[in-house]
Amino acid sequence: MKENSLSNNQDIRNKIIQKLLEQDVQIVSEDPLENTMVLNMGPSHPSTHGVLRVLLKLDGETVVDAMCDVGYLHRGFEKIAENSTYHEFIPHTDRLDYLSPLSNNVAIALAIEKVAGITAPPRAQYIRTILCELARISSHLMAIGSVGIDLGALTYWFYTFTEREKLYDIFDLVVGARFTTSFTRIGGISHDITEEGIQAIKVFIKELPNILKKCEKLLNRNRIFIDRTQGIGKISLNDALNWGLSGPNLRASGSERDLRKDEPYLIYPELDFDVPYYNEGDTLARFLIRIDEIYESLRIIEQALKKLPEGEIISNDPKNALPRKEKIYTKMEELINDFMLVNFGINPPVGEIYQAIESSKGELGFYIVSDGSGYPWRLKIRSPSFCNLQVLPLLLKGQMISDVVAIIGSIDPVMGECDK
Amino acid sequence: MKELLINKLKEKFQDFIEEIIDYSNELTFVISKNKILDVCYFLKNNEDLKFDYLVDICGVDRFKKENRFEVVYNIWSEKLKYRIRLRIKVDEKDLQLDSVTSIWKSADWYERETYDMFGIVFLNHPDLRRIYMPEEFEYFPLRKDFPLIGIPDSLPLPRRN
Repeated sequence: MKENSLSNNQDIRNKIIQKLLEQDVQIVSEDPLENTMVLNMGPSHPSTHGVLRVLLKLDGETVVDAMCDVGYLHRGFEKIAENSTYHEFIPHTDRLDYLSPLSNNVAIALAIEKVAGITAPPRAQYIRTILCELARISSHLMAIGSVGIDLGALTYWFYTFTEREKLYDIFDLVVGARFTTSFTRIGGISHDITEEGIQAIKVFIKELPNILKKCEKLLNRNRIFIDRTQGIGKISLNDALNWGLSGPNLRASGSERDLRKDEPYLIYPELDFDVPYYNEGDTLARFLIRIDEIYESLRIIEQALKKLPEGEIISNDPKNALPRKEKIYTKMEELINDFMLVNFGINPPVGEIYQAIESSKGELGFYIVSDGSGYPWRLKIRSPSFCNLQVLPLLLKGQMISDVVAIIGSIDPVMGECDK
Repeated sequence: MKELLINKLKEKFQDFIEEIIDYSNELTFVISKNKILDVCYFLKNNEDLKFDYLVDICGVDRFKKENRFEVVYNIWSEKLKYRIRLRIKVDEKDLQLDSVTSIWKSADWYERETYDMFGIVFLNHPDLRRIYMPEEFEYFPLRKDFPLIGIPDSLPLPRRN
């Protein structure tokens, strides 16, 4: 009896399996080429420049739709900022756009100085400008090198990375650190630039154009490279403004918006430089504009080094600027000020300000709401990578899957900044 | 420039501008909550103003009994080369606000971020999901009552086998 029921069960099971198998075979698509599939790219993919995840809906090799997923590197900097004094937050900005930490340091220092109502002495401002532009060069060298490597032009990447390495040696010499610089202080900079450092920068800006010329010979007229970038990932000026692009990505679409000209900060009004722009708005334009910007940055550095004035590097403002270390050890007043600043922070007046700089990626802004205490009530980071990335689905639609990496590379996102 | 902007806006929205703040050479208009779409539409499409670039949307938690939250719009005019801010007060009991995605496309992610961090709901937003935190996260991290160390067990960790 028992055996009977068992074999019965077996029969039923076999029937069900048979039925399912028949059903499975019966899936018929009218046109096998009309199916779309979803491809998951990232978060750990070598060409997404960090932990960016892109979901692609594909029709064959063409991207029908795309969606970005960010937040894999979210560290809650805005929450940390609300719980640390203004001074304490400066090192955190190194970790925002980790390819150009110096310009982040300058941006946060300018924002805090604006909310506190102080300005840095001229020499500090000149040094900040020089370092900001060096950071822009280092970031752009990374950006153009990685577009090359994403398209298989490995040699190009070796050239740009060698130059970047020289830049990091300069940062080591001038700032004292390669990556995590934390160079600015409220009301100035942490220490003066040495004669040795100035010489190193002079040698670098003299040699870089020769290397760049070599690089341009490699790719700018390369048939394969141009075929893979020209007309790919196009965006019009109207769309670019509407989607909130900024920096080189916006200027590649025909805008001349550059905060160094439109909302001058530091010593940019005193310097003579052009804002390069392209009208095409494709991957090639976004690549070429970065090379042009490197040349402009070199011009800026050269002029700033020539005009570099003598004088103090941190403002003499005991309520806001940290005193020099040697004075803390020898003078009572400075010791008291240092104690008050470190323990209670600067106390800017009640109010809210927004200060933005043109960083290498675009408009990097800090919106600070002060309630009069030593801690910012709210600090909002307007990060250019975050705003630039949301246009990605628009650029990817209708492109081939092999162009996806080139387009992501040409937007040049840094996930540390995007995810905050 | 400032007079032009103030006159233009006052002429059109006299009753809906609650306050005009001029601090540190930056203009902020405090606007009534239900008029945000109209004001934004006017600012973008007026021929003299053309505020065509939305720089940022940001939430602020004032931690007060009334009008606890604020939403700040930072907009830039490419024509005037000028920046203004609009500020909306949002009460904790009614956390809903019209989305401006129909005016500036870039508002998409900014509003998602504000929703993620403060729980302010933007009506008629095309895809209002959390952007940084995982979808099943229950809290809003940038509110002042959320502790810095986080809330234990609020984020699921990968399980050990």
